[in-house]
Amino acid sequence: MYNKRFIIPGLVIFVLFVTFPLWFNAFSTASPVPKPELPPGGEKECVAPASEMRDRHMVLLNEWRDGVLRDGERDVITVGGKQYRKGLQMACMQCHTSKEKFCDTCHDYTSVNPFCWDCHLTPEEAALKKETH
Amino acid sequence: MKYAFSFLAVIALILIAWLGSQIPGMPYLFGIALPYLAMMIFLGGFVYRVVQWGKSPVPFSIQTTCGQGKSLDFIKHDRLEAPDTTAEVVARMFLEIVTFRSLFRNTKSELHDGPKITYESSKWLWLFAIIFHYSFLMVVIRHMRLFLDPAPFWIAWLEFGDGLFQVGAPTWYMTDIGLLAGCVLLFSRRLITRHVRFISLVNDYFPLVLIFAIAATGILMRYFLRTEIDIVNIKQLAVGLVTFSPVIGTEIGAIFYIHLFLVCVLLAYFPFSKLMHFAGVFMSPTRNMKNNTRAARHMNPWNPKIIPHSYGGYEDEFREFMVESGIPVEKELPPKKDEEKDEE
Ligand code: HEM
Repeated sequence: MYNKRFIIPGLVIFVLFVTFPLWFNAFSTASPVPKPELPPGGEKECVAPASEMRDRHMVLLNEWRDGVLRDGERDVITVGGKQYRKGLQMACMQCHTSKEKFCDTCHDYTSVNPFCWDCHLTPEEAALKKETH
Repeated sequence: MKYAFSFLAVIALILIAWLGSQIPGMPYLFGIALPYLAMMIFLGGFVYRVVQWGKSPVPFSIQTTCGQGKSLDFIKHDRLEAPDTTAEVVARMFLEIVTFRSLFRNTKSELHDGPKITYESSKWLWLFAIIFHYSFLMVVIRHMRLFLDPAPFWIAWLEFGDGLFQVGAPTWYMTDIGLLAGCVLLFSRRLITRHVRFISLVNDYFPLVLIFAIAATGILMRYFLRTEIDIVNIKQLAVGLVTFSPVIGTEIGAIFYIHLFLVCVLLAYFPFSKLMHFAGVFMSPTRNMKNNTRAARHMNPWNPKIIPHSYGGYEDEFREFMVESGIPVEKELPPKKDEEKDEE
């Protein structure tokens, strides 16, 4: 083979690049499997079945946001006799009270950084704000 | 017909993965066995092809230049276009790889009444190629969030920049549109430009259709067909694959297996296709040689090894026979010691 001096290091770099996830994971501590905390209040029902929420909650939240903010549809949703006001803090976080123990478990694991929190406050932050005012 | 065949082939692949992954037990084939196999073919085939190229001799110094080569001091040397040192070659290669300079020079020739031929700069190929390749690169790097555990912080930066417009949830990525658009534009170029269409083969159309289908299934999975797409579950499978302990937890929707199967096909097809231009751009003698033929002699590796033979050496070798047959020599034979003694 000609130009071994360049080709062999080039190939080595290429293989290292392609197999990068192997080395990365071998030298880092695996995160625990995300276990989002179930509502501390013991609620069992959500606005949709758990599997559907798992797959589509972001789609639902986005539809709610567009409805409320752009079309003024602040209607109340009734699911299984229970009423929910459309909103992250008004509906979801009434039961799932902790962002850190619920939302963040999966989001951190999969590097999802939703921009909900650019505007919304977590219940803890909201409580803090109330104290200072 | 050549492009129609590409569509048929990709549709058949989609059907295989779609129907196949519904058979009990088959998710292990599509989710674990085939990805490993495809990766081995990709790495093995890639290295094999590069080694084959490395073994091919380059008989002539055939760099392409489009500038003044190094000459006398008062003639301005174009260091990028006619690189004379390794550093200059590296600089030219680097710019070729990150900015596609050679495509930027693309021209279009047209015949007008007269007859008159005109040449005009045509940057479309460059533009489409840039959109396509950078989108692809970005998508692949962003996918590392599924394979790296814990996901490194810089992936979040890329995701933020890519989803800067914050459209929808999950947020749309610019590179998703770029990748789809890039495939469509490059494909259309092959269909619309007549002389490019004339030289296009199935293996020019097929990769574009395949990559379009990969991007389309990825986008469908992320934004539209989210049923049974639980990213935590998928990440566990992906991390399992790269730590050699794959598991398939709960059921994953067919769209994921279609996406993954098409990627496997792309990986396995890669080393035997034009996609090897990824390595080829580095291995190309027209790009990686120096334009220094006036300063250094390029030896053809085919040349037989011929050792110079001077007349003096020739006479040394054959002097005895020359003297014997009466050919004049420059240096006489040394006098023979024992003969001299006899005569005394
Ligand atoms: C050549 C390689 C690949 C290409 C070009 C590609 C392309 C895409 C595209 C364009 C998307 C849309 C969303 C985004 O851009 O993130 C996507 C999503 C996705 N891809 Fe791929 N993909 C590739 C390989 C893979 C592999 C190997 C896996 C296996 C784990 C995978 C799993 C996924 C998943 C799970 C999603 C949905 C992400 C989400 O919902 O956030 N892809 N893909």
